[in-house]
Amino acid sequence: MIALAARGPVIPTTFGGSPSSYACERANRLFCPDWVSRNWSAVLWPALRQHIVLSVIAVAIGFAISFALALLAYRRRSVERPVILISGILYTIPSLALFEILVPFKPLGLSIRTAEVALVSYTLLILFRNIVTGLREVPDDVREAARGMGMTARQSLWRVELPLALPSIIAGVRIATVTVIALATVASYICDQGLGVPIFAAIQDGVFKTELIAAGGLAVALALFADGLLVLLQRALTPWARTRAR
Amino acid sequence: MHTLIEALRFVGNNGALPSDPAAPTLVHLTLQMVAICAVGIAISLAVGLPIGAWLGHLHRFSFAAINISNVGRALPSLAVLAIGDAILGLGLMVTEVALVILAAPIVLTNAYVGIAGVDPEIVDAARGMGMNGWRILWRVEVPLAIPLIFAGIRTAAVYVVATATIASLAGYNGGLGYIIADEQSYQLSGVLGAAFCVAGLALLVEGLLALVQRGLTPRGVRIEEHLRGEDEVEALAPVAAAAPL
Repeated sequence: MIALAARGPVIPTTFGGSPSSYACERANRLFCPDWVSRNWSAVLWPALRQHIVLSVIAVAIGFAISFALALLAYRRRSVERPVILISGILYTIPSLALFEILVPFKPLGLSIRTAEVALVSYTLLILFRNIVTGLREVPDDVREAARGMGMTARQSLWRVELPLALPSIIAGVRIATVTVIALATVASYICDQGLGVPIFAAIQDGVFKTELIAAGGLAVALALFADGLLVLLQRALTPWARTRAR
Repeated sequence: MHTLIEALRFVGNNGALPSDPAAPTLVHLTLQMVAICAVGIAISLAVGLPIGAWLGHLHRFSFAAINISNVGRALPSLAVLAIGDAILGLGLMVTEVALVILAAPIVLTNAYVGIAGVDPEIVDAARGMGMNGWRILWRVEVPLAIPLIFAGIRTAAVYVVATATIASLAGYNGGLGYIIADEQSYQLSGVLGAAFCVAGLALLVEGLLALVQRGLTPRGVRIEEHLRGEDEVEALAPVAAAAPL
């Protein structure tokens, strides 16, 4: 398995993807653009695609569960504390440990399902808290005005309170997405998909620098890109918040 | 279920490996991990707290101070370790550098938001009483900002424990991740046992810091939080840095 001491960099004998005998890889320079272009479609792009799929599924399912729980907690305060307790404990358990703890359960095992279960549980705390906080911070007089206009509780929720809670909700989605993208790299250890795969492969027989920088850089870029995208989404969906001085 | 029992037996046996009597024991690996995490957390605190507190006191560079934790949180820990490996080679140094890069921003931002968020009227009153900047920071702002500062410390500490576990996948040969990375020798039951230890360690760190926070929080702030119903909820859940932006 991965048994390495802190010895100097060893020139790896295989460079992942298509075999090559090029000088740049053999010298194990920090970044070989040729290697990247040659192995993009075989190694890097599939990993990136799998990573995006993993992350999107995790955030989507996590959002669905957190939203349902948050609406429940909004009506019944007693739900809030146990949910925060359980999701807080799940959040505190380090990701690698949680992945490994879930592996022995029969329907899961070493598969994407296990990774998704763990990734979803990491989103729960953040999303639940942000949705509930966003809803609770709607001013009372706004709620009363909605009620005074003849809206039922359900109409008030969907037409008034949730839109006002949107900044907090999207902030939560943003934090959750970025967290999931980061943890999905570790998930590759048990489900063999995602950008962690080239990273682990690059450490197998010695430190293959180009692959590490390429895959690591892609992971960082993906996370920052998703973060930026969600900031734009937040600004687009809440035009009234832009005029508020910060 | 069988694996679970084997895992507990593994932990009870102090991580003994029948095929290799020279393998490090569980206690040894745990202590090694505690040492690595302690160094990482200490350096992060030494870097993040002073800068965050002073910037917060001066109310300067708020954009940078708040957004540095966004960038820090976005960095996948494994990617930072991987890039560090490529640039600096394998070993303990890279792990510690990565830990500080990942954890210090969280501490910094929370310290900033905590101190900058203290009610300006209180700071004004303190200034009116003749306190200079240093005294105001130390005797007024820090005690009032303890909940947020500690939220950052707790989040950062748990993050350090989690990243130290992953570090063994990225070429560092030590800590409890050593067992988790070596499934061939230790079998799933061993890996599971180590995972339980890691989870326990993280929860222990979180719990201990929560107790320290409760001890350090000034009585008045604690009473106010209790009236607002926040104290127990805060005690149970680590807070992601800063207010939603």
